[in-house]
Amino acid sequence: MLQKTYENIDSIGRAILSIKAQGVHNKELAEVLYPNGNKAFAQVIALDGDHVTLQLFGGGFGVSTDCKIRFLGKPVQVGFSDDMLGRVYSGNGQPIDGGPELLADRVRVAGPSINPVKRLIPKEMIRTGVPMIDVFNTLVRSQKIPIFAKAGEPYNRLLANIATQTDADVIIIGGVGLKYDEYHYFRQRIEEAGSKSKTIMFVHTHRDSIVEGLMVPDLALAVAEQFALQGKNVFVLLSDMTQWSDYLRQVANAQDQIPANQGYPGDLYSQLASRYEKAADIEGAGSLTILGVTTMDDVTHPVPDNTGYITEGQFYMKDGYLELFGSLSRLKQQVNDKTRPDHRSIMNAMARLLSEAEERVKAQKFGSVKDDYSLRLLEYRKTFQRELMDPFRYLELEDALDLCWDILAQHFKKEEVGLSSNLVDTYWPEKGKFNVLKEMNHE
Amino acid sequence: MQKAQGKVTSVNESLVGAKTIQGAVMNGEVAYIVIEDGKRLKAEVIDVKSGNTVYLQVFEDTGWMKVGDPVEFTGLPLSVKLGPGILGSVTDGLQNPLYELGKIEWFLERGLEVAPLDNTQKWHFTPYVKIGDKVTGGMALGSVPEKLFEHKIFVPFSLQGDYTITHIAAEGDYTIEEPIATIKDGAGTTTELQMAFEWPVKRPMPFHERSVPVRPMPTGIRILDALFPIAQGGTACSPGPFGAGKTVLQHSLAKHSEADVVIIAACGERAGEAVEVFKDFPELIDPRTGKSLMDRTYIVGNTSSMPVAAREASVYLATTVGEYYRKQGLNVLILADSTSRWAQALRETSGRKEEIPGPEAFPMYISTLISAFYDRAGVEILEGGNSGSLSIVGTVSPAGGNFDEPVTQATLLSTGAFWGLSRALSDARKYPAIDRIDSNSKYPSLLEKEEVAYLLELLRDGKSIASNIILMGEKGITDESYIRYQKSELLDAVFLQQNSFHEVDGVTNPERLRLMFNMVREIIDAPVRIAGKDRIRSQFNFLRQAFLDWNYMDVNEEGFEKQKTKLLNLIKQLVHVAENV
Repeated sequence: MLQKTYENIDSIGRAILSIKAQGVHNKELAEVLYPNGNKAFAQVIALDGDHVTLQLFGGGFGVSTDCKIRFLGKPVQVGFSDDMLGRVYSGNGQPIDGGPELLADRVRVAGPSINPVKRLIPKEMIRTGVPMIDVFNTLVRSQKIPIFAKAGEPYNRLLANIATQTDADVIIIGGVGLKYDEYHYFRQRIEEAGSKSKTIMFVHTHRDSIVEGLMVPDLALAVAEQFALQGKNVFVLLSDMTQWSDYLRQVANAQDQIPANQGYPGDLYSQLASRYEKAADIEGAGSLTILGVTTMDDVTHPVPDNTGYITEGQFYMKDGYLELFGSLSRLKQQVNDKTRPDHRSIMNAMARLLSEAEERVKAQKFGSVKDDYSLRLLEYRKTFQRELMDPFRYLELEDALDLCWDILAQHFKKEEVGLSSNLVDTYWPEKGKFNVLKEMNHE
Repeated sequence: MQKAQGKVTSVNESLVGAKTIQGAVMNGEVAYIVIEDGKRLKAEVIDVKSGNTVYLQVFEDTGWMKVGDPVEFTGLPLSVKLGPGILGSVTDGLQNPLYELGKIEWFLERGLEVAPLDNTQKWHFTPYVKIGDKVTGGMALGSVPEKLFEHKIFVPFSLQGDYTITHIAAEGDYTIEEPIATIKDGAGTTTELQMAFEWPVKRPMPFHERSVPVRPMPTGIRILDALFPIAQGGTACSPGPFGAGKTVLQHSLAKHSEADVVIIAACGERAGEAVEVFKDFPELIDPRTGKSLMDRTYIVGNTSSMPVAAREASVYLATTVGEYYRKQGLNVLILADSTSRWAQALRETSGRKEEIPGPEAFPMYISTLISAFYDRAGVEILEGGNSGSLSIVGTVSPAGGNFDEPVTQATLLSTGAFWGLSRALSDARKYPAIDRIDSNSKYPSLLEKEEVAYLLELLRDGKSIASNIILMGEKGITDESYIRYQKSELLDAVFLQQNSFHEVDGVTNPERLRLMFNMVREIIDAPVRIAGKDRIRSQFNFLRQAFLDWNYMDVNEEGFEKQKTKLLNLIKQLVHVAENV
């Protein structure tokens, strides 16, 4: 394709450049040619007459009015081949692990969504070994689900655990706005777990430009989608989508877009959705599961809020625990009736009692909790937190379910738990014969 | 009108500017932008400026478009094709059947268009009219059987005036493209008619005669049918934060509502949810008809990762199809999920057009559009005295779950029932998590007025006693209050809460609702005077358990009557025990 070079740059911002040019395509890939021979990528994001706006993969710093822009006559693409497994790439698709560049097939990035009729209803549980997930908010193949947590919570550790403890054929890590040590942590964990040969990393760290950060999920998902079409079960980890949204906001503001909420562009929902919706169980092919991270202080902030409406639930991490309230797996109903007959019922009973206990916590502040039942609820709440909410306690689902029965028996009478008589008869452990819970010196 | 030609002058995501070279251009008309590889991208004129500058919203990804690309205007507004074959189908927001598209490509590649209705299928036509009969737009020429009912073949609604039949097809099998009749107007101009015709999606179909919605539409959901009902032809909205159960509520309504036709507009929501419906429904038998649930269902799927500009079209498409089936004399229910995504699409486009933004950057005209949309619902008295209805239930997804935002507020002004979904209730697993105190409805309930008031009073009492318990502890209130509180909790647990995933409990028909209400009333009216909070709680625990067990039993099940007797005995015991004390 004909490549045209233009040199009349109009304006240069932190992430955006504009230039007069003709015959340019929307979303076309371009190169910034520096006077010293250096190059950096850019992409067309808007056209108005002969006025072309580009986002700069390398950022605006150091770009001068005597730089030239060469339009490459092709859209943004990413390499795709099995040889990419084990490798690390930047947000512009270049290898950053010191290895050689590959002559891989190029595939389109940010392509259209799959026809819904080609999607299967998700039906397969993914066992993670995390009780709060397996019992209470079961993860399902092809689910899209983020961890909601304050910055600094050990969400990346949980992400790495889930990816390496499960049966994914391919793991794609999309790191957006990672600190260097977080990047290093992911690499180390993947190697320790022996998963390197099935993992590809696309990494953007704080020293890279925000436009590269913006590209990371698209590159990761484009490659993941290809593996899924080949029949592989692919896990994509995206950390951290709040920073990604922040970069989106910066670029939108640089384009003078009218902001909607807290400066975020009005299309934040659609932008997030077009990434998360890549998750799919594909008819006659493989699957793509997305585990994300959304750092947040407050769940009503635009990023977690929009994310919650898009994803199929969220795992809410707080003070190092995986919380029951605030967490949700929208797909659990698809699978938790096929695990063990007591699964759904005990999950609901445990949750209902915990919610009753939370009421007592409020009441406790007024010093009004004195009756025996309320006090037992409060004790139950403590046991629940200690035994079940640790995201790094590994238990098989069946053991975790047994543990739930133990906890109920520890604190309640049979008729207090609201479970049907035949389940209680089957699973209620006799005092002193707990299956999992260590005996407490209680009563 | 001469069709205009033009060229692209600017591209900003889905908003494209163009200059017309020749011909007149109409606001709302459809145009195609032809990009370099020859693909034709469908678009709609949304603004005309200084005569020849046009803004288009493009229903496809605009990547690879360039300044100077030709624009072909069609002179026609965005329209829906109406005729037999809609029921049971799944289309995108522009009425492209998704299964047909799926035969061409795995992905929703742009520039693909497929005939909205199958034009090879033969339908068995029975004429109602003969040569020489006088007809006008909206009158039936005949009918064909479609799934569950006789689908009337109308003279297109746009043909107002008096016409005479000069030809009518004999009874037999025809496709929707074959001529079925010829009509002649007063001036002698003849028009050939087929079984399907088009109607502009944004133009509400005129009512023949409009009436007020008063007949309840049972939904099978107890809290709605008893406390916050919707009527046939009525409107309701269910705003709520994410995770409060909007989707499950919508699916439950789609399955169990007593409507003849259900139209699901999946607007800007998760694809997976639409997939669940159109892959599950064909397997599910509708107990009312004995046929597949899909036979009464039409799904418009413009999910969140599909082009944003088509969201608006998807809502209007669903509504227009709904109005058409109302004209068939049917009761139609539209489930629009979510109207907020439609509003956000308008916000995106408005922002790109650099219109002056209203609150939260939504365009100033958002409330007018929302009101006009809900106004398309209603009861219609048809020619000949039959009636049809169109009910609309819209979900709203307010930012941060805060109802004080423009879309929720505009919706509340336009709808007759308000089902406020609450995160506190969903956290407590009290499903459906519809706020018991703040929700409301102006439509008649399946219960009597005083019965509804009676339940609401107990719920309000229960809530106020609950807050006293938090402040003062159980010991700080009287046994009498505590009993009242337990009754309200029981009402919530066994009557208002419902397990929508359970085969029996998931749907309650009007007869059973009455049965359950009577039982609940027995309990509420029981003069319980047990002393001691622990004993009271324990008695009510037993009662709750027995009631829940009963809820899970089919009325025809062997143990059903036995369980009912057990419940009545437990209630007697409450009173009896009290007498012993």
